[in-house]
Amino acid sequence: MAETMQFDLVSPERSLMSAQVTAVSIPGAEGDLTAMPMHAPMITTLRPGILKVETEKGTQEFVVTGGFAEIGASVTVLAEKAVPHADMDQATYEALVQEAHESYLSLKAADTGNEPGRVAEAAKLLQDMVAVGTHIGLDPKQPNL
Amino acid sequence: MPSLKDLKNRISSVKSTRKITKAMQMVAAAKLRRAQDAAEMSRPYTERFNKVLGALAGSVAGSSTAPKLLAGTGKDDVHLLVVMTAERGLCGGFNSSIVKLTRIHVEKLRAAGKTVKILTVGKKGREQLKRDYGNLFVGHVDLSEVKKLGYAEAQSVAKDVLARFDAGEFDVATIFYAKFQSVISQTPTAQQIVPAKFETVEDAGESTLYDYEPGEEAILADLLPRGVATQIFSALLENAASEQGARMSAMDNATRNAGDMIDRLTIEYNRSRQAVITNELIEIISGAEAL
Repeated sequence: MAETMQFDLVSPERSLMSAQVTAVSIPGAEGDLTAMPMHAPMITTLRPGILKVETEKGTQEFVVTGGFAEIGASVTVLAEKAVPHADMDQATYEALVQEAHESYLSLKAADTGNEPGRVAEAAKLLQDMVAVGTHIGLDPKQPNL
Repeated sequence: MPSLKDLKNRISSVKSTRKITKAMQMVAAAKLRRAQDAAEMSRPYTERFNKVLGALAGSVAGSSTAPKLLAGTGKDDVHLLVVMTAERGLCGGFNSSIVKLTRIHVEKLRAAGKTVKILTVGKKGREQLKRDYGNLFVGHVDLSEVKKLGYAEAQSVAKDVLARFDAGEFDVATIFYAKFQSVISQTPTAQQIVPAKFETVEDAGESTLYDYEPGEEAILADLLPRGVATQIFSALLENAASEQGARMSAMDNATRNAGDMIDRLTIEYNRSRQAVITNELIEIISGAEAL
C-alpha cells in the first residue's frame, strides 16, 4: 500500500480540497515538480498551470493561476485562483487570459525602463496562461503581443 | 390633543415602519450568515499564508536587501489611511465608530507633524470624513456595485495601494475596519499593512528548514504584495460581517421600539375613544334631563 500524506488546496475564498494523497504534481515557478510523501521540505511559488493530485481513489486536476506551495510533512497549496479542471470552460479561461493580457499591457504602458523585470514577468505570465489553454484542450485565444 | 383620526394614522404609520425594520433585520441576518461563512472560508488561507510569510520575513529581516514592503522606506513621514466602511447606512454606530477611530489617528499623526493621506473604501465613511478631511482624500474605491465580495475586489484595492507605494506616495499604510466579535459587538481596528508586520512565530522547536525555489528573497518579493491583498481581503470580509451584525442589532432595536410605540399609541387611542363616548353619553343624558 502506498503511503499517503495530507494535502490541502486553499484559495482565499474557500478551501477546495483536503484529503490524503499519494502524490501531487505542482507547476512550480522554476519547473514542474511532483511531491510524494517524505519529500524534503520546501516552499515554491507557482506559475499558471495544472495541479495534479493523485489519491488512492483516482486523480484530480485543478487549474491554478498563481500562488505558492508549502511542502513539508503535509502539502499545502495556496492558490490565488484555483478551478477544478472539469469546471474550466472557454469563458472562464478567456477571462483569465484577458486579465493577464491587460496587466501586461498596463505594465508595458507604464514601463519607464528602470524596472525591466516586471514587464518580462507579466509577459511570461501571459504566455504560461496561454500554454495552459493548449494543455487542457481549450482554444488558446492568442493575444497579439 | 390629537384627534382620533390622527392617532389612527400614526399607529398605522408606525406599524408599517415596524414591518420595514423587521424585514431589514431578517435580510441582515441572512446576509450575516453568508458573510460569516465567507470569513470562515478564507481563514485557512490567511492563516497559512501568514505563517509562511512570517517565517520567511523572519529569516530575511535585518538583511539590507529586504524588500521595501517589508523593511519600509526608512521614513515615516507620509501616512496612508485606508478607511473601510459600509456602502449603506442604517446599521447603528458601525460607520461612525470606524470614522471616529480614523479621526483620532489623523489628529494624532498631524500633531506629530506627519502628512496624512486618506483612501476610502465604501461611501459612508467618505461622506462623514469629507467635511473635515476632504483635502486629504487621495482616492476612493466604490463597492456599491459589488454583490458578492470576492478576492478580486481585495486585489483591486491592494493594487491601488501598492501602485501608490511604488510611486513613493506614502511610507506607512494602515487599514481601518471593524473586527467582528459578535452580533452585538464589533471593534473598530487599525492595522498596519505597509511595511508588513507579522506576529513573530516563536516556536523554534517546530520550525523546519525549507528549501526555497526560487530564492528566499524572490519568493518574498512575490508574496508580499499578495500578503497585502490577503490582509485587505480578510479585513473586507470582517467588515462585511460586522456591518450586517451591526445592522441586524440596530434593526432589532428599531423593531422593538416601534412595538413599544404602537402599544403606547393604542392605549392613548382607546382612552380618547372612551372619552368621546363618555362625552356623548353626558350630552344625551343632560339633554333628556332638560326636558
